[in-house]
Amino acid sequence: MTAADPVNVRLGQWQRRALLVGIAGVLIAIAGLLLEGWTQFLRSYLYAYMFWTGMGLGCLGILLLHHTVGGKWGMVIRRMCEAGARTLPYMIAGMIPILLSLPVLYIWARPEAANDPIIHGKAAYLNIPGVVARSIFYFAVWTFYAYRLSKLSTDQDASGDASLIDKMRALSAPGLVIFTFVTTFAFIDWIMSLEPHWYSTVYGAMFLIGQVLESFAFVIALVIVLSSRSPLREYMTRQHLHDLGNMMFAFMVLWAYLSFSQFIIIWSGNLPDEIPWYLNRLRGGWGWVALSLVIFHFAAPFVLLLMRGIKRHGERLLKVCLMMLVIRVVDVYWIIEPAFYGQKIQIHWLDFVTPVAIGGLWIAAFLWQLRSRPLVPLRDPRLEGAPRETVAF
Amino acid sequence: MLETRATGQVEIYGLMAEFDNPESLLAAAERAREAGYCEMDAYTPLPIEGLAEAIGFRRTLIEKIVFAAGLLGATGGFMLCWWMTVVAYPHIVAGRPLNSWPAYIPITFESMVLVSCIVAVIGMLMLNGLPQPYHPVFNVKEFERASRDRFFLCIEARDPRFHTDATREFLESLKPLEVMEVES
Repeated sequence: MTAADPVNVRLGQWQRRALLVGIAGVLIAIAGLLLEGWTQFLRSYLYAYMFWTGMGLGCLGILLLHHTVGGKWGMVIRRMCEAGARTLPYMIAGMIPILLSLPVLYIWARPEAANDPIIHGKAAYLNIPGVVARSIFYFAVWTFYAYRLSKLSTDQDASGDASLIDKMRALSAPGLVIFTFVTTFAFIDWIMSLEPHWYSTVYGAMFLIGQVLESFAFVIALVIVLSSRSPLREYMTRQHLHDLGNMMFAFMVLWAYLSFSQFIIIWSGNLPDEIPWYLNRLRGGWGWVALSLVIFHFAAPFVLLLMRGIKRHGERLLKVCLMMLVIRVVDVYWIIEPAFYGQKIQIHWLDFVTPVAIGGLWIAAFLWQLRSRPLVPLRDPRLEGAPRETVAF
Repeated sequence: MLETRATGQVEIYGLMAEFDNPESLLAAAERAREAGYCEMDAYTPLPIEGLAEAIGFRRTLIEKIVFAAGLLGATGGFMLCWWMTVVAYPHIVAGRPLNSWPAYIPITFESMVLVSCIVAVIGMLMLNGLPQPYHPVFNVKEFERASRDRFFLCIEARDPRFHTDATREFLESLKPLEVMEVES
């Protein structure tokens, strides 16, 4: 994008605004840190950090999926996904406060954990050097895929070489498997281990699919807003919107399927080492949060995204995307925060500040990355050709 | 409604124009619609974005029927489970209440999918008139390429604006490869 490009100018305005909001949020969060103490700050920080890191991870996941299976639906959102994935290395900085104070958040990192036989049995995996080393490894893998795919994509802009499509696919297909494994372990280390007695094998997939869903909501909302201007105006068709809406619908249903699978298995078993996770999340007011998830994370979007008239209509789909983004924050909150508060809902004012603070900075970094390349992969033959043809293939 | 007009000895079903690319077909369909034709159909080897709207695609009842069937299936599945575990065979299992609704959800979901799929297939066949062993468009020899590399637009004789000569002239003006009469 050239500096004078009207889209670039507009994105630059958003970037400055997001940065200002982020800085203001960080200042308020620091005030909260001084007023409320390190423990409360980190608790509020962790979920917001996971939400926004997940935004980058979801973008990387969509990108790997798109390169693996192809499809014109991915062409209009590819640059957004690449930019989102390239924010991941910056999130390492956000991980530092968590890694430096693991014992504040994680029971297993405290010295008295040695007396707990269950945690002691997991100490070979769950220990401070292990988690720190693995966190660095996770970010290294994500950064590699984000930058390698972006590099190939930029090369394609320069040369238009069709063999680069195969190269990206050859990288992405095994990458998708590696990404899913690595990300599952990351979520086990960072959030599942908040309750170290408990475990669930579907947890990583459930959380990851949720993150992909939020990234879909974010990039779809962004392309809808940008599709009124060049260059997206020339490439976006109603069929693109329809397909993207279907993708979001599919991931929403997959999230519901995985979440409900975990619930029904643990609920049926009703075993003392498994059921507390749900007791912590259904009692003492948390049940209302869970109910709001059932309604706004599944039932409402399920009915809305079934309707053709919504998926093919930008403004309506935009509203569904915004609803998904809000309810995704609630879901991440509901999964992470009850670990600290047990069977009593506690919402702290810092919980509202941290997502805005990190979100402002993340969006600024995202837009900065987005502006560094053309908004659509101009030389990819799948973007050109007949825009009238269906985009499903 | 099915009105046919005679041209010489042969009753015709309509006039068909053949195109060699999807853009021409789409443009032709749009022009025909602007010219006031409403009873027409397009035949292509691949789905073309916007073509259904161009030939006057109308929303059908099928989506509402399937939605109702889905609701019915879900309700039926749930009530079946409820009736079995609460009314017919009330056993306490693992200390849970008789109406343990989370256990019903998989059955509820599956019966919703089952009933709506069956109704969707049967309803679709009933509404679109398939299977149809005879269709006049196959009387045109060139039509076999509709499943390979040619694109056809057929304006049907039952269209109120249909007139053998005027419609042929109109179709010729769209610059097709050829305009053919479709015998009924």
